[in-house]
Amino acid sequence: MTARTHTKLWQFRTPKQYMLRWAGWFWLVALTVFCWNLMTADTIWAFVADAPRQASDIGGRMLPPRWGYLNQLWQPLWDTLNIATLGTLIGVIIAIPVAFLAAENTTPSRHFVRPLALLIIVTSRSINSLIWALLLVAIIGPGLLAGIVAIGLRSIGFVAKLLYEAIEEIDESQVEAVRATGASGTQVIDYAIIPQVLPAFWGISVFRWDINIRESTILGLVGAGGLGLQLQSSLSTLAWNQVTVIFLVILATVVVSEWVSAKVRQAVL
Amino acid sequence: MIGAITSLRTWKRPPVLLKDPRWRWTILLGSAIYLVLAISSVEVNWFRVYEGLERGWKFIQGFLSPDFNSRWRDIQAGLIESLTMTLTSTVAGVLISVPIGLGAARNLAPLPVYTICRSIITLSRSFQEIIIAILLVAMFGFGPFAGFLTLTFASIGFLSKLLAEDIEGCDSSQIEAIRATGASWWQVVNYAVQSQVMPRLIGLSLYRLDINFRESSVIGIVGAGGVGATLNTAIDRYEYDSAGAILIIIIAIVLVVEYSSSYIRRWVQ
Repeated sequence: MTARTHTKLWQFRTPKQYMLRWAGWFWLVALTVFCWNLMTADTIWAFVADAPRQASDIGGRMLPPRWGYLNQLWQPLWDTLNIATLGTLIGVIIAIPVAFLAAENTTPSRHFVRPLALLIIVTSRSINSLIWALLLVAIIGPGLLAGIVAIGLRSIGFVAKLLYEAIEEIDESQVEAVRATGASGTQVIDYAIIPQVLPAFWGISVFRWDINIRESTILGLVGAGGLGLQLQSSLSTLAWNQVTVIFLVILATVVVSEWVSAKVRQAVL
Repeated sequence: MIGAITSLRTWKRPPVLLKDPRWRWTILLGSAIYLVLAISSVEVNWFRVYEGLERGWKFIQGFLSPDFNSRWRDIQAGLIESLTMTLTSTVAGVLISVPIGLGAARNLAPLPVYTICRSIITLSRSFQEIIIAILLVAMFGFGPFAGFLTLTFASIGFLSKLLAEDIEGCDSSQIEAIRATGASWWQVVNYAVQSQVMPRLIGLSLYRLDINFRESSVIGIVGAGGVGATLNTAIDRYEYDSAGAILIIIIAIVLVVEYSSSYIRRWVQ
């Protein structure tokens, strides 16, 4: 007669799983609330409350864009494209040897050279190109060169990381086959490894070029040339109607470069 | 017997990409012309670069012997802002991007909802963090609150796009099976979709946490709080040892976040 109470109902999770989940969520929420309080301790809420009015004010100043300003933007646009392209070129050229030194199957020494190569990759990757540009403008002076080098230094880590992962995933039997013909070390790389990673390499490079176009549009904010320089001067003179034009040019450039990169990657991969 | 020897040909390696020689030469020539034009348009003041090399050397020395102490209070304040901004904006970004991601998945949402959600994603993805930060700082005033909004806005585009793609790639037979039991839309999402995309959502959130930290160290340059402002000041004052200390801290935190997030992702999947 009491049989019914013993039938086990199906449950999504066991009680222990439930407990663990609740504990995890509880701590996450607690941590978030704590961080929120810490972060907003110095926030002036009057400014936040004022934001919609500010937004409509800025919007009003931005809105009839000053199209005549476009004529002054062609040269900076060309500079921006050059920063991105030449920077990618430098980055890729340095990234190739770094990638071969970092890949487990091609590195000359697993305990000394590989950690060094990985350190280069991490350093390059964790510092944003704007910070690289900030440093380089202080070191070699404002101008296009600082932007190009900044983009180059930032690209090394990205390209080398993806490339060394591609090298580690190659089909070893081809390497084995080429080596069996008596090929030397460089011949093995040339005939067995490069043909396998070449499509990935072009894909990665074009992908990085696309990202670099995006990033080089704003490098001028810290003095490294290109569209960002115009953005900076328009912002500091509060010429919001010029800012709109610059934003639209940046948007168009980004859309075009994304399209180009998607097409090339489709063709290559 | 005499003619046989002339018909022997040496093996020539076929090209891996661009099989058509005409295409190959056009692209090669085009890039050569571009390179000449681009490099000639870059004006470099070599004297300034030479002068700067000394400063560059000083920076490397500063990086190798970082000074954590003399500016520690500023660095600490910047780091706390960066870290709290990172966590709160990632949590807020995930909370907002889950409904948008659900709405942007074609297999769950009707066409009008899909279009709206996709346009939100495109809007958020087309401008990069710095530009959003400039606008939001102008509206909300200086400080981490503007940074929090910037990173949240950027996270929404990133997370909802990848989440929506993941939901669209779900195993439809499981959705079908749950739907066949008479489940409502919510129950389908809860029992069929959630269990399939949850590991990936956690992975994506952790990845975004990583990106947000990196970005939070940059947007300070335009006044949106975080350690970027401290870094900017340090470089402007040529205090390379303090700047080196900040960069080392950023690299270390990025490393810790990256390794722990890849560990958690492996544990979740």
